[in-house]
Amino acid sequence: MTRLLQRLFGRLPIGWLQLTHKRGRFAAALAGVAFANVLVFVQLGLMNSMGAATLKPYEFFQADIMISAGDANALSEGGNVARQWMLQALADPDVADGMGLFVSNVLWDRGGTSISFTSFGIDPAHAGFVAPGLTDDQDLLQVPGAVILDRLARGLPPEEAAAIRPQTPLRFEAQGRTLTAMATFAGGGGFGGDGFMLMSDQTFLSLFPARTSAAPDHILLRLRPGSDVAATVTRLRGLISDQSLRIRSFADAAQEDLRYQQTQRPTGVIFGFGVLIGVLVGIVIVYQVLSADVADHLREYATFKAMGYGSRFFLGIVLEEALVLGLFGFVPGVLIGTGILMLMGAVTTLPLTMTPGMAVTVFLGTVVFSALSGAIATRRLAAADPADLF
Amino acid sequence: MSDDPAVDVRGLNHWFGTGDARKQAMFDIDLRLPRGSFTVLMGPSGSGKTTLLTLIGCLRSVQEGSARLLNQELHGAGAEELSHLRQRLGFIFQAHNLHESLTAQQNVVMGVQVSGGIPDDVAQQAAAHALGLVGLSDRINYLPANLSGGQKQRVAVARALVGNPALVLADEPTAALDKDSAADVVDLLKRMGAARGTTTLLVTHDNRILDRADRILTLEDGRIVSVSGQC
Repeated sequence: MTRLLQRLFGRLPIGWLQLTHKRGRFAAALAGVAFANVLVFVQLGLMNSMGAATLKPYEFFQADIMISAGDANALSEGGNVARQWMLQALADPDVADGMGLFVSNVLWDRGGTSISFTSFGIDPAHAGFVAPGLTDDQDLLQVPGAVILDRLARGLPPEEAAAIRPQTPLRFEAQGRTLTAMATFAGGGGFGGDGFMLMSDQTFLSLFPARTSAAPDHILLRLRPGSDVAATVTRLRGLISDQSLRIRSFADAAQEDLRYQQTQRPTGVIFGFGVLIGVLVGIVIVYQVLSADVADHLREYATFKAMGYGSRFFLGIVLEEALVLGLFGFVPGVLIGTGILMLMGAVTTLPLTMTPGMAVTVFLGTVVFSALSGAIATRRLAAADPADLF
Repeated sequence: MSDDPAVDVRGLNHWFGTGDARKQAMFDIDLRLPRGSFTVLMGPSGSGKTTLLTLIGCLRSVQEGSARLLNQELHGAGAEELSHLRQRLGFIFQAHNLHESLTAQQNVVMGVQVSGGIPDDVAQQAAAHALGLVGLSDRINYLPANLSGGQKQRVAVARALVGNPALVLADEPTAALDKDSAADVVDLLKRMGAARGTTTLLVTHDNRILDRADRILTLEDGRIVSVSGQC
């Protein structure tokens, strides 16, 4: 390793030799850097999981445009939309199909515990709106009371979910009605509910008698192949006279929802602050490690300074140390971070995962802030007057 | 040009502190060190030996008077200039001041590479050679912690001399050593200095060394009070 670094730098790898000279202290420094990494990974993971959980239900559907009420910031928020606007939209030559989407949480009381399912009421006759690969069993929804259940829902025993088949359906009671789970799909827990559930709009309306088929929560539109989504959105805004409605592409709707969750909802803001605090604490730890190291070697640096070495030389040593600490601290940091996220994900069923983007960001951040801390710490060298060595 | 002295100090005054606490430490110092000479600077504690050494060694700025080192005026020289000039000097400290994470050879390499642009293998060879000259060829891969006091100071001598400096400044290099090691180190300095034509200025109050000096300067209260030996 020393030889390799010597080749690389064209000089003695003093930073490396210095760090590895005291094994115990090196281990402590690495532990500090690894801890800082883990801290940021966990906070980032939480924040990202909220994003992933927010976008998850959008993946269940296949649509180009979504029409929602003006106050509908998220899928399960806000007022409803009159169905007549869907008929209006269908008059546009590029709009191929439309479907009303009903959303509400349904509580399955399991005696002692209850599972909250974010439930979607869809029209089984418009099968094209369900994303391909989600489920092959949406035809079963035409049976009144039939539902397709999220097998990854929090609180639902996996073996119980695995047993659900059209031949062996699972009957349960919710909202005072008996529902029959005929099949399952892979959803996952989020922040707004423990899992998801698909049902026909008729079943949905029977669960919520106050709702009417004339006013779904959202209207999904599919365009003819090759149509320009943005142009169609603009046309629809002219065509639909209710100016309070939000007409936007389905992808934009998902992104706006995400932005809303991150900046307006308490959870999103808290996670954002969590990341900020994590990063700040991480920076403080890394700074402590680097500045303590510089302080430890002040006398040796003063000697080098007396010999005629300049500030670039010391900066080189510190940058070398930042790189070594960043790299060797990152390895345990990313392993432990992945482990903790997996563990938290298993317990909460939130989509907590280590993404390559997170890993790269945290690694670069560590090296950059280590280098910066070291550079600041070398300013102490100005105080190391080599004349004091005599 | 080479007849010019390595060090030529004229009318040097120096003060410490500011305002009312300002105290003069050096008074009207005149001093010339001919090239290749071996000079011992003596004097009681607090007489200003170290101050004079750090002024000549470009570690303090000259405040008043003239100090020429290797034909360069130090009075008014910038920090960059002084740092560059220091690369042509060899320092030996009272404590060996070796880097504890580096082996003997690596410590000496630091003395070679300060001038920059020297290939690594050349520097390693030069360091090994210098350690051979101070009698440590069998210890080149030892860390300072595994060397005796005398051996460490010999490594320091090798580090100071390996770059062939024009001037070696040594501050009580024998203070921490027993009699035999002290004589060893001074003989080494003298012998290697003579072989390379190095000018040496050695601060000490160790009387055991005096007979090896070409010249002895005695400093008292910031003034040179006696000069013995040929000038």
